[in-house]
Amino acid sequence: MSTSSSTLAPTTNSVELEQPRSGTWDGGNEPFKASYGKLMMWFFLLSDAFTFAAFLTTYGMIRHRNPVYVGDVENFEFSTAYWPIPEKVFNAFPGFHGVDLPLAFVALMTMILIFSSVTMVLAVEAGHRMDKNDVQKWLLWTILFGATFLGSQAWEWSHFISGHEEGTLLSDGTMFHGANLTMNQYGPVLFGDLFFFITGFHGTHVFSGVCLLVWAFIATTNGTFEKRGHYEMVEKIGLYWHFVDLVWVFVFTFFYLV
Amino acid sequence: MAANIPTNAQAQGGIGVSVPHTEHEDHLHNDEHHEQSFISKYVFSTDHKVIAKQFLITGIFWAILGGTLSSLFRLQLGWPEATLEWLTPVLGKWVEAGKLNPEFYLALVTMHGTIMVFFVLTAGLSGTFSNFLIPLQIGARDMASGFMNMLSYWFFFISSVIMFSSLFIETGPAAAGWTIYPPLSALPQAIPGSGAGMTLWLVSMALFIVSQLLGGVNYITTIINLRTRGMSMSKLPLTIWSFFLTAVLGLLAFPVLFSAALLLIFDRSFGTSFFLSDIYIAGQALPNTGGSPILFQHLFWFLGHPEVYIVIMPAMGMVSEIMATNARKPIFGYRAMIGSLLGISLLSFVVWAHHMFVTGMNPFLGSVFMFLTLIIAVPSAVKTFNWLATLWRGNIRFTTAMLFSIGFVSLFVSGGLTGIVLGNAALDIQVHNTYFVVAHFHLVMGSSAFFGLFAGVYHWFPKMFGRMMDEKLGYIHFWLTFLGVYLVFLPMHYVGIAGFPRRYYSWTGFDTFSQFADLNKFISVAAILAFFAQFIFIFNFFYSIFRGRRATENPWQSNTLEWTTPVVPGHGNWPGAIPAVYRWPYDYSKPGAETDFIPQNVPFSQTQSSNMPYEREMAD
Repeated sequence: MSTSSSTLAPTTNSVELEQPRSGTWDGGNEPFKASYGKLMMWFFLLSDAFTFAAFLTTYGMIRHRNPVYVGDVENFEFSTAYWPIPEKVFNAFPGFHGVDLPLAFVALMTMILIFSSVTMVLAVEAGHRMDKNDVQKWLLWTILFGATFLGSQAWEWSHFISGHEEGTLLSDGTMFHGANLTMNQYGPVLFGDLFFFITGFHGTHVFSGVCLLVWAFIATTNGTFEKRGHYEMVEKIGLYWHFVDLVWVFVFTFFYLV
Repeated sequence: MAANIPTNAQAQGGIGVSVPHTEHEDHLHNDEHHEQSFISKYVFSTDHKVIAKQFLITGIFWAILGGTLSSLFRLQLGWPEATLEWLTPVLGKWVEAGKLNPEFYLALVTMHGTIMVFFVLTAGLSGTFSNFLIPLQIGARDMASGFMNMLSYWFFFISSVIMFSSLFIETGPAAAGWTIYPPLSALPQAIPGSGAGMTLWLVSMALFIVSQLLGGVNYITTIINLRTRGMSMSKLPLTIWSFFLTAVLGLLAFPVLFSAALLLIFDRSFGTSFFLSDIYIAGQALPNTGGSPILFQHLFWFLGHPEVYIVIMPAMGMVSEIMATNARKPIFGYRAMIGSLLGISLLSFVVWAHHMFVTGMNPFLGSVFMFLTLIIAVPSAVKTFNWLATLWRGNIRFTTAMLFSIGFVSLFVSGGLTGIVLGNAALDIQVHNTYFVVAHFHLVMGSSAFFGLFAGVYHWFPKMFGRMMDEKLGYIHFWLTFLGVYLVFLPMHYVGIAGFPRRYYSWTGFDTFSQFADLNKFISVAAILAFFAQFIFIFNFFYSIFRGRRATENPWQSNTLEWTTPVVPGHGNWPGAIPAVYRWPYDYSKPGAETDFIPQNVPFSQTQSSNMPYEREMAD
């Protein structure tokens, strides 16, 4: 046990000591040219993607278990016997009461969210230029779009909850309007459950994103990032924000288009 | 412990090479001069070594509790007619007229499984050793984010407190099995254990998953970004490879359990029907329609199967490392070992439905999953034969850690062979939910992972506490545990082949099974003795922390970087510069070398006598 490593240890004053290898993956550097914080965000998003994937798989499986509506679209009526046609459920637009505008409002919401991604890109780009004013400006736009999306979702939810005029006739002869977690007028119980759960989970993500953006805006205004010498935090929040947008594209596709 | 970190200037002066500086290292250097308070040094510490010890000691606490629970239900299974009045002081109202409450029995097996799988073998095993070894073996001062690492432990701690407190509530802890299948787990009116106990279980696991996520992103980014100069991916010790892939599995599998848990919380508390449909309970129809309990099983096992590899892979990595060191031979097939770890990781995500052969799935789908499951035998066999080939004609030093490593391979083989039986849909349907399954997974992943854990503790104890654990006590602990495990789980296969179902409170009512009364009693005696043998380890562990023989810097004459640190490394790990790495970690008994081990930080220019032709070029 006394074989000490002293004979083997690198002698401290040796000048001809060869250098270790120094390729991309040979250590001592960042192989993806990304800081640990940015890598962590990427891996978190990968993980979060699996959470959403599990929910959308759940949606797919349950929808697959329910029969589809067969018959003319004109004669479609809400029934718990089959999965509803999304165009018939989501056809309202604020201020246009009684007008049939299928998917118009949700299309607008989607556009707003996509615009917020554009302004987010501009904020990150301004951060690279170390342009504090531009970062502030574009963050503010992003916050505005994000908050508008959340507000629109609130309207969409409240309309979904209060329901259409026609309602659904229950077995005891009363009419039921709208939706909650145990029943809804549009179709099977799980149509409502999944709508609330998945859009709600996504909305929670948007809400967290808006909170992060507000915090980043305050920090930018206070000059925190300028003192730090880089706007990497804005970039990391940007990654998160784009991810949430991307998830919405999937949610939108599954709930409204398919 | 943390007071002797020099400044950058000193660090660079120590050795004639420049050290790569990340923002993080500078931060550590500048930060650690002042004396730390007890709270920031031992409680809310950001030092990966302290966090590792916190995980280890919490894990030991949970292991004692998990073992106690198993002793309790083995009492019931071994002596179904006995009166257990003497347990009343501990169990209170759960002993009724000298009999264990049957619903509490279900809670015991549920909590035993939950505690052992998640709190001991996930958090206790990879939490301890990923934290302890990753920075030390890759040559980093600490984890990428020490703060998140600290949060990871404290989320685990809160989760532990909640799970522990669920043991004491009126309706008892969760009782639907560790797999918490709905509808049993979703309906509080089904069994008492599906009441508040189940709610606490779900909350605790949600926090546990947060802890895993925080830990996992840290392990992965640390290994990618903070390897020291020269430490390429193909020079990493196999421990690091296994921790890396374990963290990746955890990162991708746990969020799906999170989804399932969240959906179940909604079913339980907010009236949704994701997993519920067409249920009559106490003669009354529930309003829930349209959901699918099978859906829960899919989501659960998408985590559940990778989870068994999350448990076993860190043990595999540590066993590889300990075996090479103590056989004084390079690990056989280093790249094949990495390849098989990658193969296992990949396959672990596409085999989950082999837990569900009896759910009425399409037989074609069943045979696809069977095929994929059986392929896992290939990388597993590659690993096994590589371990055997490493031992072959080695100069084996039978340290306690080495004994546990060899025991690991033995258990992995014994349990793995029955895995081939269970992977076959046609055979699995016969023995599904019997003690055959219980025996299989307790050998291949329960006991094996425990052996890996013990091996790791015995091997790295000197680096953790600067003292050695007692070898004599270690031998006794090993032999009692090794024999105990086999005496418990080999007979259990026979009980299982006969069809005895798991989770049954009592089997005396069935003529078919009463012939196994003796065997069940035997298993119980062995299990309880093996459990008590663990107290030898616990005594050895805590006694050696304070009174053990003092360790040297490199007591096992090992090659990896952690043994180049001081006996008890401070916060920052190396007092001087971080060593650079020139060679792989397995240069043991290299022909022509002066000693039978050459640490990773020794340049080729200093080992001219043993250099291979291509290494001679590198030395120039």
